[in-house]
Amino acid sequence: MDLGNAASLAYHVPELVLAGGSIVVLLLDVFTGMKARLGEVALLIVAFAIFTIGYGASAQQGYLFNRMVALDSFALFFKFLFGFTTLATIWMSTGSRELDGEHPGEYYSILLAGTLGMFYMASATNLLMAYLALEFVSLTSYILSGFLRHRERGAEASLKYLIYGGVASGAMLYGFSLLYALTGTLDYAELGHKLAAVAAVPGNGAILFIAVTLTLVGIGYKIAMVPFHQWSPDVYEGSPLPITAYLAVGSKAAGLALLIRFFYPALSSAVGDGTWTALHGVAWPTLMSVVAMVTMTVGNLTALRQQNVKRLLAYSSIAHAGYMLMGFVVLTDGGLRAILFYSVVYYLMNLGAFAVLLLVVNQTGREDIEAFRGLAWRGGAPVAIAMLIFLFSLAGLPPFAGFIGKAYLFAAVIEQKMWLLALVAALNSVVGLAYYVRIARAMFLDQPVAGDPEIAVDTSNGVLIGMLVAGTLVFGLWWTPVINFADRSVVFFGN
Amino acid sequence: MEHFLTLMTFLPLLGALVVLVLPRGNANLVRWTALVSTLPGLLLGVWLFQHFDRSVATMQLVERHAWIPAFNVQYLMGVDGLSVSMLLLTVLLSPLCILASWGIEKGVKGYFALFLLLETGMIGVFSALDFFLFFIFWELMLLPMYFLIGIWGGPRREYAAIKFFLYTLIGSVLMLIAMLALYFANTPHTFDMMVLMEKAPTYSHGFQAWAWIALFIGFAIKIPAFPFHTWLPDAHVEAPTAISVILAGVLLKMGTYGILRVCFPVFPLATQEYAFWALGVLGCWNIVYGALCAMAQKDMKSLVAYSSISHMGYVMLGMATLTPEGMNGAVLQMFNHGTVTAMLFLLVGVIYDRAHHRNIDGFGGLASVMPIYTGFVTIAFFAALGLPGFSAFISEVLVLLGTWQYSKPLAIIAASAVVLTAGYMLWMLQRVWLGPVNEKYAGLPDMNWREIVTLVPLTVIVIVLGVYPHAVLDLFGPTLVALGDTVSSAVPAAAQAVLR
Repeated sequence: MDLGNAASLAYHVPELVLAGGSIVVLLLDVFTGMKARLGEVALLIVAFAIFTIGYGASAQQGYLFNRMVALDSFALFFKFLFGFTTLATIWMSTGSRELDGEHPGEYYSILLAGTLGMFYMASATNLLMAYLALEFVSLTSYILSGFLRHRERGAEASLKYLIYGGVASGAMLYGFSLLYALTGTLDYAELGHKLAAVAAVPGNGAILFIAVTLTLVGIGYKIAMVPFHQWSPDVYEGSPLPITAYLAVGSKAAGLALLIRFFYPALSSAVGDGTWTALHGVAWPTLMSVVAMVTMTVGNLTALRQQNVKRLLAYSSIAHAGYMLMGFVVLTDGGLRAILFYSVVYYLMNLGAFAVLLLVVNQTGREDIEAFRGLAWRGGAPVAIAMLIFLFSLAGLPPFAGFIGKAYLFAAVIEQKMWLLALVAALNSVVGLAYYVRIARAMFLDQPVAGDPEIAVDTSNGVLIGMLVAGTLVFGLWWTPVINFADRSVVFFGN
Repeated sequence: MEHFLTLMTFLPLLGALVVLVLPRGNANLVRWTALVSTLPGLLLGVWLFQHFDRSVATMQLVERHAWIPAFNVQYLMGVDGLSVSMLLLTVLLSPLCILASWGIEKGVKGYFALFLLLETGMIGVFSALDFFLFFIFWELMLLPMYFLIGIWGGPRREYAAIKFFLYTLIGSVLMLIAMLALYFANTPHTFDMMVLMEKAPTYSHGFQAWAWIALFIGFAIKIPAFPFHTWLPDAHVEAPTAISVILAGVLLKMGTYGILRVCFPVFPLATQEYAFWALGVLGCWNIVYGALCAMAQKDMKSLVAYSSISHMGYVMLGMATLTPEGMNGAVLQMFNHGTVTAMLFLLVGVIYDRAHHRNIDGFGGLASVMPIYTGFVTIAFFAALGLPGFSAFISEVLVLLGTWQYSKPLAIIAASAVVLTAGYMLWMLQRVWLGPVNEKYAGLPDMNWREIVTLVPLTVIVIVLGVYPHAVLDLFGPTLVALGDTVSSAVPAAAQAVLR
């Protein structure tokens, strides 16, 4: 189906809920005295939005708003992921001490709006729409990352993010304009059809390559891909912790969604047996497999030296972007499926690690590895074990979900016989363990020093951590529902 | 008996969960619960020993369930003679190690829960027949080992624990790549080891060559074969006694077990090609190098650790020969080394508990101070140096017999190295137990009942197998003969065409 503006609204309920919810939160803040409860309101709004995604999942697939966005399984998958990411972010925010009394109305309103932007990033099928969605998410992220205005690092983070973001999106926009100049269209599907002919004309190859590379700058910045990653450690460190988690999981996944939809249905063509052929003459798979190797290596090696756990997790998330790109460069449905599967797993384990960090930051006021010293021996044994599970899952060890995620990514690469990539990723896993284990070591092997506060778990954070642990454990041993869901979601409308 | 192996594997895990929910503060309750959780495994082991069909080489007690159909991962367990001998070793050593850990005071619940989790991992590795499942059990052991060494170990425990962890993980990731490559090498894709073996003749030469090496490195780190051995002395010296026992007794065997279980039958051609250098020559090197290093040690535990490297060399050498004598000798050596070295580590633990150090030069004349202890030490040392009448003699002789048919130079080197073994063992015996009494330790109490109970079963086994090795040899005879045939009879695909 291909609907016009008015007719599309009926298939657009989750977005409307988020947009309306964002305004409602703001109004409640101004006109009622329920500042303290705004977090719960936002939580309900997101929960309702998730419900409407599920409700619409059985609907027809097609183009909405005159081919601006697509409603398809791929978009639905990511909308669920973003919905749940925001849910966890709000949950964490309500239990975060550093956000106490920090303008909750604006905070939750902007958070909901940012999620709306992510929804569009996953579903945009038009260059203009893709650009607007990306910018929308970026703008909300700039504000959120600098939300703790009194913190110097917050201001630094926000400004750094803004400058990097401005340059990157400018580059991307230039790339888009070149594509438009070559084909005369902004629509993904038409772009795909016309580029094949355009690429065949001698001399166009170079321009096309520049256009594609410039586009990669914009998206690469969003997913913190080397060499466009330098902003992320500073931003992660300066942002309020729930926002760090939101950026590390949600924003990164949104970037990947945009990347996949642009490079697969638009720039490549499906062969039919689950494999794809890239646009002739533009060797982006080779380029990106080099980028993937560099990204994971740089992320991991730099993480080794970090003392601040937020920064450590920032570099680790750069490395994980590199791992996920393994599924991107193989040009198979299996690779895409592996990315989707990994996103779910990454959501569980990375948010889990941030949730534990939040607990520690709340009670110690510190966010370096020393704050974890002897955690298991000073009343925090359950939390320490939970953190251990998240860390070892991030390191890709069985029997945790992170291993299964990594196994699928490796499988995708090995199926295509890309041995070098597999070997580099394998060695990176070992490096990864070396720094995750530093936190584990601080928690279990080091003894607490007199004066280290006891860690107590409050119900709200405890429930969140408990659910994430359960997911990490269960999907490590029985992941059929997730892989089936990921499998069904590698469907793009109009292709 | 449909779920025999499942029971055997997961009962310790159940015990671990029970241990975790026990009330804090009652350490004895935790210890007894842990001990009791290992006993069903031992009883199942005894049943297995009696009822295992020794006449066939096929898999027995097979359990097969679909697990993740989308990835064709199965819950597939089963045992042949090779795995049975290793399972017996595991369930035998586990309760003994719990007894040897009685003195642990710090974090008792955590210690025993991790130990039982480790036991589940070990039994799982020896019974899994689906490569994916095997890999999960294989990795499952890393986590408890890291903490058991890292929390309850000696002064340099953190370094030793992380070194062990990282070394093993490097091997594991290589194994993961080879495993996934094997998965895609067959259509329909499968991790089923029995299918992977069946399809062995269809794998291309190049694929066999690199996959064999990747897997071999993964397993060799565990053995540990030179030059991947450096984690072992550190881990052993720092680990608490019981963990050293389980590490040397069972974990090292996983390396050689993995080679026999995967490399040999799945890549027979590559095995023919590489066995001489990777197993034969490297094995010989292990024997000599380990013995020379052992001779130079000042610490009893690190001496025993290097002697392990040396003794595992015989296993590698025996495997390389592909002869029935050599292969049987190798697996028997795996079993015997498990029991003998467990004794050695337990005995070092006894003196360490009393004197709080292990310097070989810091003692003297212990024989007159602790006569019972010295009795056990003498048996263990003579068994370790391969004196006739003790179990290790039989396995080493079998290995040497196999090697003589295979390569005379290797056999001569390996046989001569026995002198080195006798050298460092007897020299240690002389310095610590004989000579004038060191007054500082003149009042040391002799072994207590718990320590004697831990050592008696192993002593009996070491002596019985020295006289009647068939008790264990019969278990894996047919399996290994079949395996040896599979490997030696494999011919390249090109030659197959000619034969047809």
